[in-house]
Amino acid sequence: MNQPTDNTTSISLVLAGSGGSGVITAGNMLLAAAAKAGWYGLMTRSAGPQIRGGEAAALLRLSSEPVSAQPDRYDLIIALDWLNFERFADEIPLDKDTVIIGDASAAKKTPAFVTEGPARRGDIDFKSMSKAIPGGRPNMIALGTIGALIGLPEDALDAALSDALAKRGEDAIAASRAGAEAGRAIAAEMPATPKLPTPEGEKAGRWLISGNEAAGLGAIRGGVRFVAAYPITPATEILEWMSPALTKVGGVLVQAEDELASINMAIGGSYGGVPALTATSGPGLALMTEAIGLAVASEVPVVIVDVMRGGPSTGIPTKSEQSDLNMALYALPGDAPHIVVAPNSIRDCVFTTQWSVHLAEAMQTPAIVLSDQALGQAKSVIAAPADIAFFAQRETATTPAEGEEYQRYAVTASGVSPMAVPGTPGCAYTADGLEHNPRGTPSGGAKDHHIQLDKRQRKTDDFDYGQHWADQAGEGDTVVLTWGSCTGPVLEALDNLAGTEQSARMVSMRLLMPAPKEQLANALEGAKRVIVVEQTHSGQFMGYLRANIDLPKNVEHHCTPGPLPIRPGDIETLIKEGTPS
Amino acid sequence: MTAETALAPKHSPRDYKSDIKPVWCPGCGDYSVLGSITKAFSELNLDPENVAVISGIGCSSRIPAYTDCYGFHGVHGRSLPLAAGLKVARPDMTVLVASGDGDGFSIGGNHFMHACRRNVDLTYVVMDNRVYGMTKGQASPTTEPDWDNALTPGGSGISPFRPLVIALAAGANFIARGFSGDQNGTAKLLKEAIEHPGFSFVQILSPCVTFRPDQKTWKDDVHDAAVDPTDEIGRAARRLMTDDGFNTGVLYKGEREAFQPPIGEATATVADLEGKFAL
Amino acid sequence: MSTLDINNIGEFLAHAHALEAEAASQYADLAEQMEVHNNTEVAELFHKLAEIEGKHIGKIDDKAGDTPIPHIPPWEYKWEGGQSPEAVVDMDAHYMMTPHHALRMSLKAEERAADFFQRIADNTTDEEVRSLSAEMAEEERDHIKWLNEWLKKYPEPENGWDEDMDPPMLQE
Repeated sequence: MNQPTDNTTSISLVLAGSGGSGVITAGNMLLAAAAKAGWYGLMTRSAGPQIRGGEAAALLRLSSEPVSAQPDRYDLIIALDWLNFERFADEIPLDKDTVIIGDASAAKKTPAFVTEGPARRGDIDFKSMSKAIPGGRPNMIALGTIGALIGLPEDALDAALSDALAKRGEDAIAASRAGAEAGRAIAAEMPATPKLPTPEGEKAGRWLISGNEAAGLGAIRGGVRFVAAYPITPATEILEWMSPALTKVGGVLVQAEDELASINMAIGGSYGGVPALTATSGPGLALMTEAIGLAVASEVPVVIVDVMRGGPSTGIPTKSEQSDLNMALYALPGDAPHIVVAPNSIRDCVFTTQWSVHLAEAMQTPAIVLSDQALGQAKSVIAAPADIAFFAQRETATTPAEGEEYQRYAVTASGVSPMAVPGTPGCAYTADGLEHNPRGTPSGGAKDHHIQLDKRQRKTDDFDYGQHWADQAGEGDTVVLTWGSCTGPVLEALDNLAGTEQSARMVSMRLLMPAPKEQLANALEGAKRVIVVEQTHSGQFMGYLRANIDLPKNVEHHCTPGPLPIRPGDIETLIKEGTPS
Repeated sequence: MTAETALAPKHSPRDYKSDIKPVWCPGCGDYSVLGSITKAFSELNLDPENVAVISGIGCSSRIPAYTDCYGFHGVHGRSLPLAAGLKVARPDMTVLVASGDGDGFSIGGNHFMHACRRNVDLTYVVMDNRVYGMTKGQASPTTEPDWDNALTPGGSGISPFRPLVIALAAGANFIARGFSGDQNGTAKLLKEAIEHPGFSFVQILSPCVTFRPDQKTWKDDVHDAAVDPTDEIGRAARRLMTDDGFNTGVLYKGEREAFQPPIGEATATVADLEGKFAL
Repeated sequence: MSTLDINNIGEFLAHAHALEAEAASQYADLAEQMEVHNNTEVAELFHKLAEIEGKHIGKIDDKAGDTPIPHIPPWEYKWEGGQSPEAVVDMDAHYMMTPHHALRMSLKAEERAADFFQRIADNTTDEEVRSLSAEMAEEERDHIKWLNEWLKKYPEPENGWDEDMDPPMLQE
């Protein structure tokens, strides 16, 4: 009964289990195998609150095209057991074509949302099967079954198994192979799922990377060589990737005692002439805001990556939301011009973070990068990012000529003043969070304050951000205006509607602050409909847009908080049917 | 004596002073501490451009602008991480951190412990006057519990903090106490502190003539430490726990290696890093 | 009081030079402090004192002629209590101080300086040191006389000279 269905380009599946069943490991192997087979893919994970042994699910979407969003529905769910599986109900849309495979005889029965749903079912007793294989594990059996169901070439899965288990030795590899083989064999008895065609031709030039790794790499590409940070979910992987990576390229990462320390250390390192970064999430960013203001006033470049999670407060640390936008824009004391940028895909985490280093260094001001959990903790097979020339280029000072005086905060046309690297003779100055005159001497005078406010504002207002302020795609007089991780589902919706009467275009803002008012006005020209899409509860992005540009009166607004992802179908429906009133 | 053959330093103490005039009250101990700092720099033959003076907020934290070295006047309580970032990124710089009892022990208390622990090669000078001066005289962590003031009338009722004991427990590599009234003695302490590897903590009793005129008697209260510095932590602990707070001199000298991860030595290219992601 | 033991002209000159240089620098600092605190009368007085001490440095350098003056670290001078005898006590400064207070501060410093040089002269085994030191002591005593004269113009102000009706300013 295992027949290939119609010619599909993407397949989505969930592998779930509890108590150390190894579903995440198996998910990673599956993604790696898919990559070897020439597919693209995206893997996210969901888990219970337990540190170890909790219920976990690997959510994968594999495709012959690059994957930019979580799917509208799942083709296949394999549960090694059903313990606490209800937790994932909201995250796993099912329909009548979904195939659900689990152990019908297990002590904990299949949850109602599965049994009462429309899906087709198959029954595999993973436990008994694995016991029959020396060293066998249920997750490897499931892997074999999935591979067979979706058309994953055996050699690709085999190679991924060998890579992943190389350190465990031949016996472990052999046991896993045997498990996968058993899984493959039983797949024939299961209801059929679509099969992905194995792509022909060139498969080179692809990377397997997470958004957090991509952000770390972008930072290093941009010239960051000093990082100080405090661990926080979901940003920690940036730090764990960067720590050894920095050491290799002559940089250093310091684990700080808290976020107050990490941002101040980063500012200290940058003051010393070494491009610097810290990474955190919302609660950490809240602690950093005073020092980010210091970096604005003292004109020290620094990059802060905020991998956003559900808020307020501790919120939902392992789930995504775009609700730190207001904080990134507005939390600094005083009038504090700074940069806020947002990557719009896992691949773009490389570019945007690299660009942020360039912006911070060129303008000598802090740049906040708003990534989020959906990008950061997702792993994806992507086309290798382009090699971009953006690199930290700080305008530095040289020893002044005899009789001339170095002025750290000299008033210039661009607002950017040469910044002396400590050690440069004749340029010693004190960087200060107090308002100051061009020499850097503290001053509370109106004239100095106005001149320095203007100078700092000029730096970010007059900078040429080029085409990078936004990504634009599609055609039509309906414009979907969005940012960050909402971009993926919007793009997919636009793709699906391309060439139809509902064809639309997208403007995804990479540059959030300073608000690219003119560029945005131009991009929206001629739009008959404007739909704003964001993942917040209060409409922070809409508020920001309204504060900065004239939006049409009847602008539509798709605004949902986390933790559920925005799916392409949501956007497609919106474009087709309008915002429900 | 060997003095005849001693070479004069390249720079006089005055060469380390900027032309910015301090805002401190006349009579403040911090003027003298500034003198001790510049004397120490001069004796160490440091070029002003290779020295950075880092601070937070408070009277004593105004020091960076009064020197002709590189400086950073940061936010309240965060001078130590600011300085640690600079030193780790630029190990070639001599970094001195100036703070007060409010900035260093209250709002910056957590960083104080971790700076001791981390042992970056910094010299941390805390001018302790047991009062908040910039905000007009409130109790600080080192203030006597019965000191009457507007914010805590009748006194805070809270036991004062013992910074030297905490520095020792947290792992500081050098612990000393000086008195602003002894500018030359304090200069010597600072020179030793700067020369000693790792985190050096120097508490300097520096009277506030405006809000604590009673502290003028400190000149009679201070006395040289009766014994030489120890490197034995148990003895140091006993000494610091039992002293009267006016014992001056180097009180502890440890031998822990300073925290300085290598920087600037690349063994791979960015392309090598990227290679790990390529399929 | 411990005995002062300087038996080498170089060492003596180093002490004499440092003593005057510290005094000059300190008066200049005090003058600056008074300027910042808008006490112009006392600022001028301290400037004058700084100028006078500056001339003394010149004199010592003249006396030294070709004799090299060795460098001594600040804490290795043979000062009683570690500080240069002619240094005034910082803590005695006050932003509302009057010329009377300033001259009193200076007088005490000059007395310590005179005593310092006299003790060297009394104890040294080196004839050159003895003669120069005695000369310096005499000079300091001249200053004392002169300061006493000056002080007559500025009698001690009545209690309350330091009363400030305004509260201190909040800064940070």
